[in-house]
Amino acid sequence: MNQENELAVEHHEVGHVHRDDEGSKLGMWLFLFTEILLFGGLFVLYSGYRFAYPEGFVAAAAEMNTFIGAINTLILLTSSLSVALAIAALQRSQKKLCTSLLWFTILCGFAFLINKYFEWSHEIGNGIYPKGPALDNMSSGEIIYFGLYFTMTGLHGLHVIVGMTFIGIILSFIYRDKITSTNYQKLENAGLYWHLVDLIWIFLFPLFYLIH
Amino acid sequence: MAEQTAEHALEHYAPEHSAPAEQHAAGAGHAHMQGYGTYFMVWLGLVAFTAVTVTIAGLNLGSVTLITALVIASVKSFLVITYFMHVKNDSAILKVFIGICLLVFVIIMVLTFSDLSFR
Repeated sequence: MNQENELAVEHHEVGHVHRDDEGSKLGMWLFLFTEILLFGGLFVLYSGYRFAYPEGFVAAAAEMNTFIGAINTLILLTSSLSVALAIAALQRSQKKLCTSLLWFTILCGFAFLINKYFEWSHEIGNGIYPKGPALDNMSSGEIIYFGLYFTMTGLHGLHVIVGMTFIGIILSFIYRDKITSTNYQKLENAGLYWHLVDLIWIFLFPLFYLIH
Repeated sequence: MAEQTAEHALEHYAPEHSAPAEQHAAGAGHAHMQGYGTYFMVWLGLVAFTAVTVTIAGLNLGSVTLITALVIASVKSFLVITYFMHVKNDSAILKVFIGICLLVFVIIMVLTFSDLSFR
């Protein structure tokens, strides 16, 4: 009887370590909603201007390298897959596989940013930047297109960097066994963030690269 | 390379547990485990849709391009949200929240365009 009571107390204490995974997830989603509306506002701006200057947008988008855009899309889709797989691996207590997949995700983030660097360098090299020489020969629609292009892909690029940092921190938690197969909500939240970055790119790609 | 490791692990995983991953998910204590295979299929779908959207854009179909691009992007988003972000297995309240957030965005879009169109 006594022993049973002790066991019960012990069990009770273990059960009392407060952890609210559902609340954590909900909090992450609420944050993601603010992100969706942040980018949503920019998409509204884009739509309004595209509606006002259809020819300017088509002319400006002709300078875009669709191939690099498509490659970057594939890179982000694959990185989303690797995050999802990393969670599945940790759920099955495959820590090594999980960390490898997360490193692969970070690597994809780097590859994406390197492509973006080459793209932006190319445009800046052609004189396309705020008050750049190329803007003198452009219509208002083209100038607005490039303004939105740099703002939206730039903000998205920042999110890629934040996402990579987030996953890096999560990796350090996993190495120190602070995130385990039974306690992985933080990893899930990092995954949610990364998928959001992917989601935004899914819309940015056709809107900036595939205009004809 | 990482995909190979994952597939390798999948092979390893199967003999250890007699039940497939999806069935395992139904077990108590393991919250919504999705199999590796599901994720690969979703990824394949996403890649295929990307190929379709690039191809259609290359055909110069005019105004149809934008509509198809947006429809395909929406389908891809649905796949990412449902499977990668695990909303399929999430609580009803979260689904309602996501619905409200998207609804707010649609309302903003509709109001903006009703303004732009009737100026």
